[in-house]
Amino acid sequence: MQPLGMGQAINQALREEMRRNPDVFLAGEGIGVGIHDSPMLPTAGLLKDFGARRVKDTPVSEAAIAGLAVGAAVAGLRPVVEIMYNPFFTLASDMIVNHAAKLRYLSGGKSSFPLVVRMKTGAGFGAGCQHSHNLEAWVAHCPGLKVVMPSTPADAKGLLKSAIREPNPVVFIEDMMLYFVPGPVPAEEYQIPLGQAEIKRQGTDVTVVTWSKMLLVALKAADQMARENIELEIVDLRTLVPLDKETLLASVRKTGRLVVLHEATRTGGFAGEVAAVVMEEAFESLKAPLRRVTGPDIPVPVSPPLERFYIPSEEKLIMAVQEIL
Amino acid sequence: MLWAEYDPLAHRRLAILSPEGQMDEGLRPPELDDGALLNLYDRMVALRQADLLALNLQRAGRLGTYAPTLGQEAANIGSAAVLQAEDWLVPSFRETGAMLLKGVSLKLLYLYWMGCEWGSHFPEEVRVLPICAPVSTQTLHGVGLSWAAKLKGENWVTLIYLGDGGTSKGDFHEAMNFAGTFQTPTVFFIQNNQFAISVPRTRQTASATLAQKAIAYGFPGIQVDGNDLPAVYLATREAVTRARAGQGPCLIEAQTYRRGPHTTADDPTRYRSEAELKEQERFDPLLRVRRYLENRGLMTPETEAAREAQHLKWAQEQAREAEAAISYNPDEIFDYHFAELPPYLAEQKAYCQRLLTAKGESAHGQA
Repeated sequence: MQPLGMGQAINQALREEMRRNPDVFLAGEGIGVGIHDSPMLPTAGLLKDFGARRVKDTPVSEAAIAGLAVGAAVAGLRPVVEIMYNPFFTLASDMIVNHAAKLRYLSGGKSSFPLVVRMKTGAGFGAGCQHSHNLEAWVAHCPGLKVVMPSTPADAKGLLKSAIREPNPVVFIEDMMLYFVPGPVPAEEYQIPLGQAEIKRQGTDVTVVTWSKMLLVALKAADQMARENIELEIVDLRTLVPLDKETLLASVRKTGRLVVLHEATRTGGFAGEVAAVVMEEAFESLKAPLRRVTGPDIPVPVSPPLERFYIPSEEKLIMAVQEIL
Repeated sequence: MLWAEYDPLAHRRLAILSPEGQMDEGLRPPELDDGALLNLYDRMVALRQADLLALNLQRAGRLGTYAPTLGQEAANIGSAAVLQAEDWLVPSFRETGAMLLKGVSLKLLYLYWMGCEWGSHFPEEVRVLPICAPVSTQTLHGVGLSWAAKLKGENWVTLIYLGDGGTSKGDFHEAMNFAGTFQTPTVFFIQNNQFAISVPRTRQTASATLAQKAIAYGFPGIQVDGNDLPAVYLATREAVTRARAGQGPCLIEAQTYRRGPHTTADDPTRYRSEAELKEQERFDPLLRVRRYLENRGLMTPETEAAREAQHLKWAQEQAREAEAAISYNPDEIFDYHFAELPPYLAEQKAYCQRLLTAKGESAHGQA
């Protein structure tokens, strides 16, 4: 085991997959020569090690970056492209939603679309609402895309390696805060299949379903509540599409109580999907109404105190848990 | 060189065969001898017959909304004629002729317009992407495709079609800029048919030509008479040759005229006059080749009547085959989405099958 930040773990995954398969290439804005020369960032050093042919700094053109991925995937390459921030997904969305996600269907399954779109996300940097905006529910709503949102460095590495080997388009969303949270990463070769949630903490009283950075909030809350003998079971979805219903439902059937926690805004958020699945398939197990803990339905504020208010905290999670106990 | 001589900023436009059938032999590509010209003319006639039949089928309720190519036969055939099997063709939605020439069957194209998505299931070896409905977005992945050729060190070329309206999209800018920056083997082919549905070319841009837009991206552009088969052919051949040789992208603006409606859902009498339409018939792309070949003694009204009848018969057979092939298989709409069937889709597919069973229908169409 090696302690790495998530950016470093992603960097390892990219390196290993690029070495393994010459068809893998990277493209994006400033992924080669970036403004930050930090070893904690996902594409650090890749230009030097793999050259400008396979690590492509592009013009500031999100639609064209995504187009590069779609076109190159048609030609049999395995593009891994970066859209700098999640809200810029809107600029690339026609290529991803209308083409990457639909061309296999339109061509009758004859074309293969092995492409990965990496996007950075997450509030907490004072970067403002046009840089910080979690849109995973938008992406998950589009048929034909797989959506991954890792929470730990080890998961990020294993999931990204799977994503790069996938024959389908994958949107891989990384919370930037996690680049600076070290965690153990196995040194040996491994992959984590898409569509498998993981129980990050076993518990008996309330199931907390979460993903990405909010796992840290859930774990902290679980530690605090354990002191009062309340045991939270933390289910980290890791992949939103395909959703691992089995793990989710088994946990809810065990605890009978559910809180869904995500940083994204509330209305139309993915918590609604999780809740609906539980209501349809495990309604009889519920001992209390479920709760959602999410960002409020506002743009992420740029001011640090307001931004802290926006981001769901362990206090808010604990309040929600207490409401349904 | 063609590019320097036909500088769009100097308002030069490439033309070889006049509407009266006069050939500029000095510009005529040597390989486009009378035999080759007759072959391509034959493809234009086939396209026109296929197109007219599609309209008739639509009026008879046997085909859905259709985008006719009437008047744009030279732009379709002259351009795609240059491509090799390994080259990619990225269509917009008015490239019936180009797609046919590149190996897509008319049966499949009819199936598509009959509302059967399996009409986009082209054979593996036919390097043509499906028809693209969102305007101009195909330019983006078209450039991605051509960039892949460069990355792989292969020398195939990507020919991307778009319309005059497509140049107003931001996607066009990003695609052109990428192509210029990365010097991709891309040919952008604009079928400037003067209308984006009802909006005329003059309302798309203040640029005097669409061809000159290439200059801003650092590569050549050329305006050609899009109803002039040899001119379209020559410009595309030069652009494709240049791209194949690693010299980067080109833009061709083929000035043509859409004589039919935008689609069968459109009523062009609302935005253009009968007189304008009548005037355009003089510039018909088939008529001038026919005049030339008749002067050369290579065709007569009799041979041409027979040619039209033969192609109409072919189109009718393709339409019948398409109609016979129409099926709806609910399995496929689930199966084609991902390389495998994820559990949630397997569940939705099973639900669909249960519903059909309950209604007494088989999962493969008729009961």
